[in-house]
Amino acid sequence: MSNAVKDLLFKMADDALIIGHRNSEWTGIGPMLEEDLAFSSMAQDKIGHALALYTILHEVLGEAEPDKLGFMRSENDFKCCQLVEQPIGEYDFSIVRQFLFDHAELLRYEMLTQSSFQPLAQLAKKVKGEIKYHVMHADTFVKQLGKGTEESHARMQSALNNTWHLALGIFEKSEWEEELISAGVFAGEEELKRRWLEKITPIIEASGLQLPATDESKIVYGGRKGYHSEFLKPLLDEMCEVVRTDIDAEW
Amino acid sequence: MSSLDPRVNRLDKKKISEGEVHTNTHLITWEVFHQEKRGKQPVHVGIVHASTPEMALVLAKEQYARRGKTTNLWVAKTTDVYTFATEDEDIFETTPEKTFREPAAYKVRDRIEKFQNQNKVEI
Repeated sequence: MSNAVKDLLFKMADDALIIGHRNSEWTGIGPMLEEDLAFSSMAQDKIGHALALYTILHEVLGEAEPDKLGFMRSENDFKCCQLVEQPIGEYDFSIVRQFLFDHAELLRYEMLTQSSFQPLAQLAKKVKGEIKYHVMHADTFVKQLGKGTEESHARMQSALNNTWHLALGIFEKSEWEEELISAGVFAGEEELKRRWLEKITPIIEASGLQLPATDESKIVYGGRKGYHSEFLKPLLDEMCEVVRTDIDAEW
Repeated sequence: MSSLDPRVNRLDKKKISEGEVHTNTHLITWEVFHQEKRGKQPVHVGIVHASTPEMALVLAKEQYARRGKTTNLWVAKTTDVYTFATEDEDIFETTPEKTFREPAAYKVRDRIEKFQNQNKVEI
């Protein structure tokens, strides 16, 4: 059971750490001052969620300290989906990614408020307000840009098309799926994906955009098992460069 | 000293004067009011640029409610806020002299009476 819970926590924590780092790359170059600050703050929130999850892994499940889990593991130990690894690209992509990722994250945490694994249920109750705001932000921009000008609409639609099969990779199942479900820890990726589609479809339509068609063979899996895109390694090298020079340094 | 705003510094001043650059391309501004506790009055804290009231609220949250306690935010289009003209400031000029309108004296009297009742002393 412990391995199943650990796997769930690692993939959530790694998703949060990597998307947090990626989104922080907009700091200072956001499209406008207010949005620069908002997007940076949300990136900070994500790093906070990663810390909280690594802390549960450390304090409850006997894993190494949070800093070591975040900065000292190799690429193949990371369980994040490949969606979060992708470079920030243009703002249309970053907003669409936030929309697709954060809706899944909010629903995941909502489901986890009922988890039989108490530390996770408590964390889920604590952070769901933060993620609700992230979703509110994404929805506002998707609606605004989806129905904005001809250019903004076209860019949002093509960003959505290009991101769709990466986003579906969020729901890659683990080998412990049945175990987590029967133990009441988490209702499973399949159920999460069902709720996610139900949630985002009307918002996409209300934004004047079309839900891309799903081709099962194109869904980008692998991240949850440690297989990553070419973009994760350089991100880790950069993110961990300073801390790896002396992991025990006092800051 | 020239502006520190990169949006301004990036503009070519010659092109602006020749009318080739539209400087008025910012989104409209919204006045932001911060409410600390339920029932307390919202206090004006500043502005945000946004194209819709929803976006104004979403952006105001991280500009003005990123620290401390918040229970809600209000936004209103700057152009929907009516003010007196600057030169009419003189209508307020003599108001500070009207100390008889200040409630401070009454408040102190209330506190003295409360103290007397609690401690049963005569002053």
